[in-house]
Amino acid sequence: MKKIIEGLAYVLGNDVDTDQIIPAEHLVYSLSDPEEKKNYGKFALTGVPGEQAGLPDGNVSFTEGDNFESKYSIIIGGKNFGCGSSREHAPACMEIAGVRAVIAQSYARIFYRNSVDGGFFIPFECITRLVEEIKTGDDLKIDLVANTLANKTQNKMYDLKSLGEVIDIIEAGNIFEYARKTGMIASS
Amino acid sequence: MGMTITEKILAAHSGKDSVVPGDNIWVDVDVLMTHDVCGPGTFAIFKKQFGENAKVWDRDKVVIIPDHFIFTEDTHANRNIDILRQFVKEQDLPHYYDVGTDNYKGVCHLALAQEGFNRPGEILFGTDSHTSTSGAFGMFSTGIGNTDAAFILGTGKIWVKVPESMCFEFTGKFPDHVMAKDVILNVIGDIGVDGATYRSMEWRGDAVMSLSMEERMTLCNMAIEAGGKNGIIEADEVTTDYVRQRTDRPYKIYHSDEDAKYFFKKTYNASEMESIVAKPHSPDNKAKVSECEDVKLDRAYIGSCTGGKLTDFMAAAKLLKGKKVQIDTFIVPATREVEEDLHKEKIGGETLVDIFKNAGAYLGDPSCAACLGGPKDTFGRAKDNQVVISTTNRNFPGRMGSKQSHVYLASPYTAAASALTGHITNPAEFVNN
Repeated sequence: MKKIIEGLAYVLGNDVDTDQIIPAEHLVYSLSDPEEKKNYGKFALTGVPGEQAGLPDGNVSFTEGDNFESKYSIIIGGKNFGCGSSREHAPACMEIAGVRAVIAQSYARIFYRNSVDGGFFIPFECITRLVEEIKTGDDLKIDLVANTLANKTQNKMYDLKSLGEVIDIIEAGNIFEYARKTGMIASS
Repeated sequence: MGMTITEKILAAHSGKDSVVPGDNIWVDVDVLMTHDVCGPGTFAIFKKQFGENAKVWDRDKVVIIPDHFIFTEDTHANRNIDILRQFVKEQDLPHYYDVGTDNYKGVCHLALAQEGFNRPGEILFGTDSHTSTSGAFGMFSTGIGNTDAAFILGTGKIWVKVPESMCFEFTGKFPDHVMAKDVILNVIGDIGVDGATYRSMEWRGDAVMSLSMEERMTLCNMAIEAGGKNGIIEADEVTTDYVRQRTDRPYKIYHSDEDAKYFFKKTYNASEMESIVAKPHSPDNKAKVSECEDVKLDRAYIGSCTGGKLTDFMAAAKLLKGKKVQIDTFIVPATREVEEDLHKEKIGGETLVDIFKNAGAYLGDPSCAACLGGPKDTFGRAKDNQVVISTTNRNFPGRMGSKQSHVYLASPYTAAASALTGHITNPAEFVNN
């Protein structure tokens, strides 16, 4: 597991649902074909209403034009991030677009579980709400050992909650690697 | 100390005498369900992790029900059905309900019930968040992603964190015009879209037990809209009558102990329930129908796992019979069986299909259809800034298609009454006349 995650912030609000993260009409592409799956990056977060896309100003595109990669790799969210459907295309599209971490006040459980078990990115929980603190485009640094978030742009530091009981799965990489490590399934 | 029904089922499937909320346990899975949207991704992960020639853990426990993007020209969507067929063939899976055949069913959550896969005491996982629906049969059921589903396909097991339970008790009798949809919208409005996150929503009380299986399914279906891990109702004679008509397989009935510990308990007087809508753009944006009667509508939509069952259409037909809808009204039966019933069931000598047609409604084929928007050519997909009243489960921005549309979630009674007037309308006087 990486000890440091650095990147630019993309800030969203409360109750960002999976239809906002990846609208259902796009759930048709292959998640395993290296070329076709780029569509998921391209359409990631395109369902977010304009005024809430990239706070505080809003109307900030997550990916530009036909690009499947975003310049923003750390998502800041409010409460109940990832609510709605069980579609794993939601954390997958964010990873394909280059997201390495989400820091939210709280998560909907299936999204959280998918993020951890699939090893797409690390879902952190913040101790104090960050949506009004951090601006889209701020330069962030997460220290996984100290459980801290540094906002280099604003020169501020925040503590993050410990990853708790899912840290073993995150460290292993995903649920399969964890199960191999613990002897639940045979090593490949 | 006593256990809730959810705790008992989880304990029994993990080889333990007891579990408490917060325990992380590995459970044995009785049924894994997937569909056209998540099946292809699940199978790809399964092959990557267990090998190209790996076999699923138990052919008889895998159920594949295509239902999301079925009646569409979208080539990627149709390719995904081919991927399901290929996997079914490779694995020789007996429980597959192929598109374009007599065996096609439609919406997975109702099809699971109708085909006998919902059995008290069992554990069912599905790659769909509304898998919580099956909890109406006194079983543990919840939604998972492709990775967890692939893990189950290979091992028959998955880890579960034992949830705390919340108890929602309804005593007395629901008014005639109040449906299960009103009840669940009311509760979600009370506790919020994350009010049950990580928790079990257990429904109890004589008013709940007076409901049909379809209405009980509606209650459990939308547990996820409050963030719930599962919804559950203890099995009784209504349950076993339904199950026995659908399967000969054994089942086991569990009850919550008198001294079971609940995180939250609330008792409602059923007779005080009213018709409820969830206003745009969140299922917890609750309002009484009587407070929204000035909202003008462009269309009504009656369908989905939440509001596309026979009970839902019986309710709608009761109001639409002999009248004309004032707005575009879409009728989408959840499954083929419901569709067939629309041709058989009659009110006052007229079949439901004729009632809907004569009222001027449009009838679609059984599938998830516009509940989740879907490909551009999906039946009933919301356009532009339309205002829609819908018996579906989610009114998130863009959920039914257009990002500019506005969706009001409501019961079939409310949707039908509103279709007749063109604005949100209290069904009470229609129902009681």
